[in-house]
Formats: sequence, structure tokens, C-alpha cells
Amino acid sequence: MYVAVKGGEKAIENAHAWLAEERRGSTNIAELSIAQIREQLSLAVNRVMAEGSLFDPDLAALAIKQARGDLIEAIFLIRAYRTTLPRIGYSNPVETGQMACDRRISATFKDAPGGQVLGPTFDYTHRLLDFKLAAEGEVSSAPESRPRTEPTPHITEFLKGEDIIQDEPSSDTIPGDLTREPMEFPADRPLRLQSLTRGDEGFVLGMAYSTQRGYARNHAFVGELRIGKVAVEMDVPELGFAIEIGEIELTECETVNQFKGSKTEPPQFTRGYGLVFGQSERKSIAMALVDRALRWEELGEDNLGAPAQDEEFVLSHADNIQATGFLEHIKLPHYVDFQSELELVRNLRREAEERIMPREAAE
Amino acid sequence: MADQQNIAQAARKEWMGLLARAPEEALMALWSKFEAQPSFDWIRSPEVGGVMVRGRTGGTGAPFNLGEMTVTRCSLALKDGTVGHGYVQGRSRRKAEAAALIDALMQTEAAGDIRAQVIGPLSQQMQAAKTARAAKAAATKVEFFTMVRGED
Repeated sequence: MYVAVKGGEKAIENAHAWLAEERRGSTNIAELSIAQIREQLSLAVNRVMAEGSLFDPDLAALAIKQARGDLIEAIFLIRAYRTTLPRIGYSNPVETGQMACDRRISATFKDAPGGQVLGPTFDYTHRLLDFKLAAEGEVSSAPESRPRTEPTPHITEFLKGEDIIQDEPSSDTIPGDLTREPMEFPADRPLRLQSLTRGDEGFVLGMAYSTQRGYARNHAFVGELRIGKVAVEMDVPELGFAIEIGEIELTECETVNQFKGSKTEPPQFTRGYGLVFGQSERKSIAMALVDRALRWEELGEDNLGAPAQDEEFVLSHADNIQATGFLEHIKLPHYVDFQSELELVRNLRREAEERIMPREAAE
Repeated sequence: MADQQNIAQAARKEWMGLLARAPEEALMALWSKFEAQPSFDWIRSPEVGGVMVRGRTGGTGAPFNLGEMTVTRCSLALKDGTVGHGYVQGRSRRKAEAAALIDALMQTEAAGDIRAQVIGPLSQQMQAAKTARAAKAAATKVEFFTMVRGED
């Protein structure tokens, strides 16, 4: 039960003033600028954009500053801002095959056309703290080679020729949009992907890991992982044709999964798909694994009762803003609720005591 | 006739896309130096909004909603009635205004000057930035070599 309670205005006001002071930290230390956060904490910015579901690096950087680095709080701020934006329209589906790749690797084909391009990766670093970063210093510029100009086709295109991998036939079906209509189950794959791409990285990672440990294991290889920029194109009614309205950085992961075949499908490889705003490699691999696990029914696989196969479980708990809202509300005043609970327990105790006491007296 | 229309449309598509993607500072630096700043009337003053970006399942399959991006749009008319539209990434009203003015001027006799002073240099700057990134990526391409096996 919720009852309006007055009081605490002064305490709240003072708490917020102190919050602002603590956010700033020691004034002997230079203040962070939005541009510094955007440029130097870019992977945090990417996560806030992905889970906030709004691509705008400056806004995400501002949210991180305001939230004192609490990324879920920052995502909350972005989600709240997002709801104030009028929806101008829907883009045409981005062409990830045309991506200007900073990074593109395949764990399945060594000699994939386009090659293995590592990009600015943490892989193969020793994960030892680099104390040089604690001191200020110039960074030498990265080496350059002759830029490739030829296209970088998707790896799965090569397997398709042999018909040995499940096809992803193109369609123009209008996808459901969970920002407009509440999610209903069963959810189709486009809705599941929308939910996963904005889902909490830790949750999606945990679900993906559970499939690797044996809960609905689906033997995933990273067929391809690519990071880079794609143009976003949208039909503009007043022009009567589509134009590019911007360019966004994306991480795309396609897994290639073992599949023994089913009653209706021959043995072939199947696919899981991850596509996430920004450079978000862990998230997109995890998304692809969970996407594949959730496809058990359409592929005629057995329901093993694994958490990652249960779309109601996965999709209802992936959103960290829904989760944090419900979780954190229990710390807010519930005085009246608790008062009635207290009365109830006192009454039950009294009744129990009365039941026991007369019997004891009789003995 | 239809061909000419297609060519004109393709050209407009190209400059509008360039203006949408352009970094604000780069565009404003070039545009503020353009001398013949025209007067105009708003048809729709700049409005910040969101566009839902779509992807495809498996990269090629059915569309799905990926998430939104911020876009600012506006429309205006020059004194001679030429209409320009600005659709730019981000939340900058002045960038949208500049894009709409440039779009309008590109349809007038000023097109040559605009191309030489704004569109051309802007395109070069953006291409150079893209090439520099591609060059760094190319330097991280793995060159495999096979170790000789000592079986003989």
C-alpha cells in the first residue's frame, strides 16, 4: 500500500547538495569534462549507449559524469531522456556487410577473405597493470599500413554456398518494438534480439556462460566478430527517397553452432547473432550465444529445461533498469505496509500463545 | 529526363549524407567562412528527435529494432523559394540549420561555390579520417606463417 507522506523536504534537499559535492570530489583535482569521458572512457560510454538504447556519445558521457560512474544509474538517465524524444522514424536495416571494420576476426577460418584484423584489442595483452599510465605522457601514434579498399564479406556467406549453414533469408517484415508495445510471450526472434541488445551485459554474459557450462550447450564458435562504423539510412517523406542520417559504431558477432539436424532440417550449422552499439565485444558474443539457445523450438531441439532456453525467464530479467527499479524501490518508505505486517505478526503470536497456554494450564 | 532526375537525386543524397555524418566543428568551421550567407524563412524550425535504428537477424535476415540514435531535423526556404532540408546526427540545432541552408544553396547557382568551399573540403577531411583509421586497422592484420615441421 502506498500512502502519501509529507516531510523530509529539507533532508532531501541537503542530501542532493551533498551528492553534488561528493560527485565533484576534491576541488584540488581538475574536474572531468564530458569530452574527456567520451574520449578516454569510451567503452563505458559504449555500454551506456547500448543498454540505454540511444546512440549519442556526448549524452552517455554526461550521464556517466552525473551518475558518478555508476553505469546502471547512467543508463537509467539515458532511458529517461530517450522517452522525451519525439520518434522521427525508423531507419532502413543497417548493412553490416558494408562496415568500415576497425576489427574483424574469425575463430573458424584462418584465411577468410579480408583477413584477421585485430584492431585496438585487449586480447593478447598480459593483463598486468601498466604503471606508466599513472604518469602523464605522450602516446606514440599507432603504425599504419596500406588501407584495404576491397569489401569485407561476412564469413557465413562462404558457408552458404555449400548449403551447410542455415540461411538467414532477407525479409521486409516490420519488427515489433518493445519501446512501443509491452513484450508478450512467446516473443519472435526480432523482439528477442531487441531485448538482448539493450539487456544488462552482466546478465546476458551469465546466461551465455551457463550454456557453455552445459545448461543447453550449443557448441558455439565465433564465426565472425567485427567492429566498425556503418552508415544509417532512412526514408525521408519530404524528399521521397532515403538519405544517410548518420554513422554509428557497432559490434557484430555471428556464431556458428553444431546442429545434428532434426525431423525437418538436415544436419547443418546453425547461427546465433549479436549486434550491439559501440565497441561491445563481450556483450555481442554473449548475445549471440543466448540468441542461439533461445532458438531451440524453431530448430526442433529438445527443451532441456535450461534457464537460457526459457525466453520468459531470460527476457523478463535482462533489463537492468526494470530490475533496478523494482529492486531498489524496497528501500523507500514502506512504513504503513510494515505497520500492518507488524500488527499481523503480533496477532498471530497472541493467538498461538493463547492456544498453548490453556493446554499447559490443564496439565 | 528520368535519368537526369536520378543523377540529381543521387547527388543530393550524397551531399545530405555527408552533412548528416559530418563532425559539427568541421562543418561549422567551413560554413562560417562562406561569405554569401543567405536569408531564409523557417518551414520547420530545428527539432531534436530519435530515430530507431534497425539491424537484420544474422546480418541478412528479418529486420529488428536495435536502438535509437539522436537526429536533428529542420526545413527552410530561401527568398527565391528554394527549399532545403537538414537531417543531421546528434542534437545540434545550428548544425541542422547549416545543413538545410547548404542543401538549399546546392540547388541554386551558388552550388559551385558551396561545393568548392564547403562540401569538397569537408568530404576530403572526412575521407582522410576514414583512411587513417583503415590504415591503422590494416597494420593489425595478421600475417600467418607456417612453421616448418621437423618430420623429414
